[in-house]
Amino acid sequence: MRHMKKAAGVAILATVALTMAACSSSGDSGGGSDAAACAPSEGDVTLTFTSWIPGIEDAVAIWNDANPDIQVEVQTGPSGNAGTYQNFFNQLEAGNAPDLGQIEYDAIPNFRVQDGLEDLAACEDVVAAEDQFLDWTWGQVSLGTEDEVYGIPQDQGPMALFYRSDLFEQNNIPVPTTWEEYKSAAEQIRALGGYITNFSQSDINQFAGFVWQADGQWFQNDGNEWTVELTSDASETVADYWQDLIENDLVAVYPPWTDEWNNAYNSGEVWTWNSAVWGANSIASGAPDTAGKWSVAPAPQWAAGDAAAGNWGGSSIAVFKGTDHLYEAAKFALWLNTSEEALTSLNETAAIYPATKAGLELPVLQEGVEFYGGQKIYDVFAEAAGQVNPDFVWGPTMTQTYADVSDGFKAAIAGDGTLADALADGQEKTIAALEAQSIPVAK
Amino acid sequence: MTRVTDADTRALRASSAATPKARGPRESMLSRGVAMLIMVIFTLYFLIPIWWLLVASSKDRGDLFTTNPLWFADFNLWNNIVALLNYDGGVYVRWIVNSIGYAGVGALVATVLAGMCGYALAKYRFRGREVLFNVVLGGVLVPATALALPLFLLFSQVQLTNTFWAVFLPSIVSPFGVYLARVFAEASVPDELLEASRLDGAGEIRTFFTVSIRLMLPALITIFLFQFVGIWNNFFLPLIMLRSEELFPVTYGLYAWNSTINQFPELRTFVLVGALLSIVPLIITFLLLQRYWRTGLGAGALK
Repeated sequence: MRHMKKAAGVAILATVALTMAACSSSGDSGGGSDAAACAPSEGDVTLTFTSWIPGIEDAVAIWNDANPDIQVEVQTGPSGNAGTYQNFFNQLEAGNAPDLGQIEYDAIPNFRVQDGLEDLAACEDVVAAEDQFLDWTWGQVSLGTEDEVYGIPQDQGPMALFYRSDLFEQNNIPVPTTWEEYKSAAEQIRALGGYITNFSQSDINQFAGFVWQADGQWFQNDGNEWTVELTSDASETVADYWQDLIENDLVAVYPPWTDEWNNAYNSGEVWTWNSAVWGANSIASGAPDTAGKWSVAPAPQWAAGDAAAGNWGGSSIAVFKGTDHLYEAAKFALWLNTSEEALTSLNETAAIYPATKAGLELPVLQEGVEFYGGQKIYDVFAEAAGQVNPDFVWGPTMTQTYADVSDGFKAAIAGDGTLADALADGQEKTIAALEAQSIPVAK
Repeated sequence: MTRVTDADTRALRASSAATPKARGPRESMLSRGVAMLIMVIFTLYFLIPIWWLLVASSKDRGDLFTTNPLWFADFNLWNNIVALLNYDGGVYVRWIVNSIGYAGVGALVATVLAGMCGYALAKYRFRGREVLFNVVLGGVLVPATALALPLFLLFSQVQLTNTFWAVFLPSIVSPFGVYLARVFAEASVPDELLEASRLDGAGEIRTFFTVSIRLMLPALITIFLFQFVGIWNNFFLPLIMLRSEELFPVTYGLYAWNSTINQFPELRTFVLVGALLSIVPLIITFLLLQRYWRTGLGAGALK
């Protein structure tokens, strides 16, 4: 009975509140702009911060101990695309977004276009911190502009080549340094009954990393209009290359992250993986029987002697529109992603690979890794991190683009169309999706 | 998380399908054999995922991918359970308690409310009765998922998101329960009995709680079961409403873990063992209440 009264009360309250909100919301919208001033708040501040990184609470606890007047409350949920981004949009709509949130680089433009993020360029400390970050990670949060900053870079995923050094050695196959050599190695390995790698039909991010490495661009934004270039020359070169390997049965096509996929690596059927720095853990846990037999080399290049790397993954901490504490939020986000104690904690609990130059020098990243035969694998990734093209920009509708391209890739694997067809289809649908949201597209 | 939910429903269906009682006229051997075969196939279909879950939960991470998926390797179930219960300050235990709170208390309240509402609709004549009933019945057609976002906006306005109430309050209404309670009350609570208790001086509320509720018990148990399973498996509402880990029900917590497996592979074992443990309360509830439930359906059918 008591519950029923409460429910009725809440329902009435809700109705009243909604009516009032409907009346007042038109007046609210004009006053929001002065939130852009980045000045300290008076009195004690409590910030809410949503992240799905397990163990991030430990780093936040260090901050809370040292800053009694700026306390940070961690909220959590599933990873961004699995629900948290949608929640952010719902919360922005309802006007109760957290102060800070974890946002992967490829989702920032979407939040930017929906006007969901505060521009941190209003904060002096943030602008001054630019030099501490690798150029390309800063490019991801400034969206290629000079005077806007929509988040503080947290981690990154520079790509390199994980390979079975024992198998390459036993069979006298040189470790490929170019994509051409990679293909001839693939043929030799196929003759031995194995596959050189698994083409990941649903991780469009990996493919985007390849395009990134080939100096390709998928999107550009001149401040007014978006250019969509899924079918650029670089993009098509990469697509044709992998299409050729797939058609000649030189690569495995297991769905990624499944038991078969893990098993293919664990059993030695698949010999290499072009992946990001965080992939080091994925192999170690998915293929535990191969401990000590893996090594890491720089990614194969399109032309001998080049030194370009792609990136797969990485995220930032952004401040949501409507926060009352921009200054404090920015201060915390900077501390979390630049201070040695926070970066060490994040690396220990969640294997976060920092986005700052100094972070790459963390003592834990200088050690040899047992699973990789004691190799200091992070040296390879630190070098790759410096070779990532800083100009790569993501579009504002990446979820849809990924889904469309991924559908096309799966069809191509099944023999229906090609990877290039999938990109052309993704191009068309992405432009349609942008136009449907009234986002101007350059023709 | 669909895997868990499927496993849940499969567990329920399987346990009801696995105990058929064949009575009545004799059938031919052939049709009997075919029927048995079909039932065996379906039983396996429903039980194999649970078997897999049990086997997978008992393996350490290395064995998970390298050994036969349907048979045991080194038996690590207890180690895995201990590791799960200790991970992240024992947050899993908290999730289980939350789920029991949302589903157990929520279903209980929902059952009482639906029982009273259905009873009132069945036994009292008042203006607008049929309209009210049809509106409630219309509620059966609206999926909970479709309501989650509007509910979020409503609860935001009264600042109740990310609280216990955000998941609890929407769970205590059950339009289908009202429908069931009305049908059952009409069939099983005789008007003469109500008149008799009125003559004896009992008030309406007392009559309901002492006389009618007993007659409606099988229907109420059914409503409780439906609602319990419904709340336990309702995943979208917590996904939208809750932000604080300590408020998550177990389904949502496991989903959150599962979504980060690519980058934090050590969570895979916890998701598996957690999914296995999370179906235990459902199975217990079902087994405990099953006999009431079956008599309930039978009673309804005979009337």
